[in-house]
Amino acid sequence: MTIGLSHYLTVAAILFTLGIFGIFLNRKNVIVILMSVELMLLAVNLNLVAFSAFHADLVGQIFAMIVLTVAAAEAAIGLAIVVVYFRNRGTIDVAEIDLLKG
Amino acid sequence: MLSALFFYLFATILVGAGFMVIAAKNPVHAVLYLILAFFNAAGLFVLLGAEFLAMILVVVYVGAVMVLFLFVVMMLDVDFAELRAGFIKYLPVGATVGLLLLVELILILGAWATAPETVAEAPTPPAVDISNTEALGLILYTRYVYLFEAAGLILLVAMVGAIVLTLHHKRDVKRQSISQQVQRTRAESVELVNVETGRGLS
Repeated sequence: MTIGLSHYLTVAAILFTLGIFGIFLNRKNVIVILMSVELMLLAVNLNLVAFSAFHADLVGQIFAMIVLTVAAAEAAIGLAIVVVYFRNRGTIDVAEIDLLKG
Repeated sequence: MLSALFFYLFATILVGAGFMVIAAKNPVHAVLYLILAFFNAAGLFVLLGAEFLAMILVVVYVGAVMVLFLFVVMMLDVDFAELRAGFIKYLPVGATVGLLLLVELILILGAWATAPETVAEAPTPPAVDISNTEALGLILYTRYVYLFEAAGLILLVAMVGAIVLTLHHKRDVKRQSISQQVQRTRAESVELVNVETGRGLS
């Protein structure tokens, strides 16, 4: 029983689906939505590294590193926005983020 | 055989922890489950031979980003029970979309086949006698140096942006102004008064 590329891709696909499912389930809580996005980015990284390993091409790992960088930046900015929003409105309910409504 | 065992171990815990991230009632638990998921993903990376990325995932992700999440969750005084009100309402549509996507992805993966000549023509040959970290460094700092610097710029912009967003000065607080303190002269701070003897100051 050898573990092939498709095993890793299946795990990544399940993880990605869980991320999307999480966004649907926790539509009010911004922090859990951000965590679901992290989960999806982790699935993408798993895909990149699996292809990189099975195709003997290191560029995939370079790209996974860039994805990690962007994900870290996104988490920092997203959490900063959540903190500022909570300071102004006293809630992090997504449905109430309608200050820009015309 | 052993690697297959470890693959199934890591993959099972990874998927289970991923499910608990979205299902946990308490966001602190969700963050802790996400940390567990990242550790198991790092295990999968080690199995794939990408040790450097596994270490990056544990050190940078668990050590910095997840702690940032935990910090924000604990700092904000939010009524999380109220935020979960629509949980059951959104369950059917979420499950439908998720299942459809999963079936599509697995159908694509089932038909996946790699042309053997593309593997042979891979631009970077597998590193045989050097470590994964050394091999990554050899191409990251040469061929992809601009990408590397762009990543650094992204982090710089994110840092400046996060500071600009969250920094705010309260108006009613008196603050120390170093330049004003240093620029004080004797003339504006000391006044000599000639007092007549026995009269006192009025």
